[in-house]
Amino acid sequence: MSHVMACIDGSRASAAVCDSACWASAKLSAPLSFLHVLDQQQFPVKSNLTGNIGLGSREHLLDELAALDEQRNKLALEQGRVMLEAAVKRAQANGINEPHQLQRHGALADTLQELEQGIRLLVLGRHGSDSAADHVGSQLERIIRIMHRPILVVPDEFSAPKSAMLAFDGSQTIQKGVQMLAASPLCRDLPIHLVMIGADTADAAAQINSAERQLQDAGFATITAIRAGDVEQSLHAYQAANAIDLLIMGAYGHSRIRQFLVGSTTNHMIRTSTTPILLLR
Amino acid sequence: MLNRIHQQWFSNIRGDILAGMVVALALIPEAISFSIIAGVDPKVGLYASFSMAVVIAFAGGRPAMISAATGAMALLMVTLVKEHGLQYLLAATLLCGVLQIVAGLLKLGSLMRFVSRSVVTGFVNALAILIFMAQLPELTDVTWHVYAMTAAGLGIIYLFPYVPVIGKVLPSPLICILLLTAVAIAFGIDIRTVGDMGELPDTLPIFLWPEVPLNFETLAIIFPYSAALAVVGLLESLMTATIVDDLTDTNSDKNRECNGQGIANIATGLLGGMAGCAMIGQSVINVKSGGRTRLSTLFAGVMLLMLVVFFSDWVSLIPMAALVAVMIMVSIGTFSWDSLRNIKKYPLSTNIVMLATVVVVVFTHNLAYGVLVGVLIAAIFFANKIGQYLHIGSTLKAEAQHREYIVTGQVFFSSANRFIAAFDFKEALSEVTIDLSRAHFWDITAVAALDKVVLKFRREGTTVHVLGLNEASATIVDKFGLHKSPDAIDKLMSH
Repeated sequence: MSHVMACIDGSRASAAVCDSACWASAKLSAPLSFLHVLDQQQFPVKSNLTGNIGLGSREHLLDELAALDEQRNKLALEQGRVMLEAAVKRAQANGINEPHQLQRHGALADTLQELEQGIRLLVLGRHGSDSAADHVGSQLERIIRIMHRPILVVPDEFSAPKSAMLAFDGSQTIQKGVQMLAASPLCRDLPIHLVMIGADTADAAAQINSAERQLQDAGFATITAIRAGDVEQSLHAYQAANAIDLLIMGAYGHSRIRQFLVGSTTNHMIRTSTTPILLLR
Repeated sequence: MLNRIHQQWFSNIRGDILAGMVVALALIPEAISFSIIAGVDPKVGLYASFSMAVVIAFAGGRPAMISAATGAMALLMVTLVKEHGLQYLLAATLLCGVLQIVAGLLKLGSLMRFVSRSVVTGFVNALAILIFMAQLPELTDVTWHVYAMTAAGLGIIYLFPYVPVIGKVLPSPLICILLLTAVAIAFGIDIRTVGDMGELPDTLPIFLWPEVPLNFETLAIIFPYSAALAVVGLLESLMTATIVDDLTDTNSDKNRECNGQGIANIATGLLGGMAGCAMIGQSVINVKSGGRTRLSTLFAGVMLLMLVVFFSDWVSLIPMAALVAVMIMVSIGTFSWDSLRNIKKYPLSTNIVMLATVVVVVFTHNLAYGVLVGVLIAAIFFANKIGQYLHIGSTLKAEAQHREYIVTGQVFFSSANRFIAAFDFKEALSEVTIDLSRAHFWDITAVAALDKVVLKFRREGTTVHVLGLNEASATIVDKFGLHKSPDAIDKLMSH
């Protein structure tokens, strides 16, 4: 069973994640699952610097640490359940019949990797519960890199998109992405802007036209554009000019080493975008 | 991959740095004390603690576990040092590392499953007793000053944490050492200090090949010591790893730990240090202080060396009484006091295993012998207990002169005699049926016992029918893998 998996963590984006997951679930007519992960690593470690060990230190330390974990986990478990309940109620109000809820222990990325088989689309908030407003969540990049499923990254607000822009760079990743998009009902009734940033050469035009043909064959309404200039700025400018509210792009086309040297377009776009981003892997 | 590195190194930086610092301060007295036990200069133990901690931080399988020069290992090398000198100890340390890597490659870490809980408790208690006993030479034939200072030291260690505000942020063993050193200097008390015990490190360690002749004779001298060191080192390391696993609720890679201990010992031998292994007391201190990742181990090792090299003049002034106080604390903290309370509650067999382990270790000064004896006794008790699960019932058939014996339960070396004794050979019968379909024959002794029974009946002129032998003897098959699938277990339990 392929689910739309929405990750709930109590951050400000939770409501938006919930709404966008409902939208995607309805479009894909796939069942919706809410996931909440209890990560023990998030707990601060208790520290006692007295440096001595006495009668039964080992046994007492074990009891003490276990009791602390128990307390924290009970609370986190309850909190998570409340969040999941809220998400389910919201989804039911949005017309989704029976959303599933899932609560697991472990690190978020590991848990998602285990669940990958059953995931069709992953919905994530842009930042976690503990990061500041303009920061991208600490776990986001890692999850995007290890998952082989499309991922919808949602900012704090969400409304159903009316048009979408595909950032086309001619790479293999994005050509596969075009195929995926053409085959998926997710964006079928949205007009798709195919935007390429770079010199307007015959080669570039040929590539973008072939992608456009694929989408048109699948019944999409498309518009193409080739713009020169800095990738991120030009994309944002085009997006603003055409009031586009969903950005589709390939994720991390380059190795980590290259990213370290020249920076990653994906990271930058996730950080600066005010609309949801659909990342195709 | 990157995430693993992040999690095992940098997920708890503040806690790890502080814990590493506390551990480093506690490691110094221990390393010096264990060098004295082994009969080498304190510098040998201090270099060993540095290199063990640093190498194991990278190569070990259990983040946040502390490895350094240990008492268990030091006790094994006493005669080697006395008879052949330091260079042979370094060679033995190298060889010990090689043997540990071989053990790691053969995945011998999994043998730990035969070491029962009572053996582990016995090991821990024996270790604590050995550490305590090793302090006694410092406490015999000395002036009253030493007793007073040791007692004061213990008082400081256990009471200082109750001092408001600073009690919780300054490690009390450090305060104990600082205060006692200050008192000894201020009043000019003439007692033994660390400086009297031998050379302290004044430089960073350098890479040296041990100066021993590379021949068979050398190997014959060092091999028995290396083998004992390798076994004890792995035993203590794997037990400590389990303890840290429990404390932190995380898993460790036991085979990687075996290899890591080997690599660390090779490096230590080459840097002029004595063989070491994981330390139960220090690892508990590390976790208690908030250490959770490899960074705490690395930082402890590096800090230890920095402190010793830069403050070696000061370290040499520390009175031995202060070290003895710290070591008594380690001994008290290592001992499993719950095990004393549990003696009344636990079955006698469990207590015998624990006490036998302790007694053997205390007499041989070799933890490996203790564990061996403990494991053997535990195995015998287990065999005895399982052997009780045997019942043989019989019915006389209506036509008379025909008795049917039904055997239920486990037949093997421990229960074979009871199996034979259950048959009444004196009864005059023309026919006997032995139904084995609800029995398990575990070994050749069981088969031989059955043969004997059949033969005895035949000699009495009785015709014997054996039923269900195939099912009963399926368990003898050595390839135990066959029994691992769920339906194999169902089959085993069904008859």
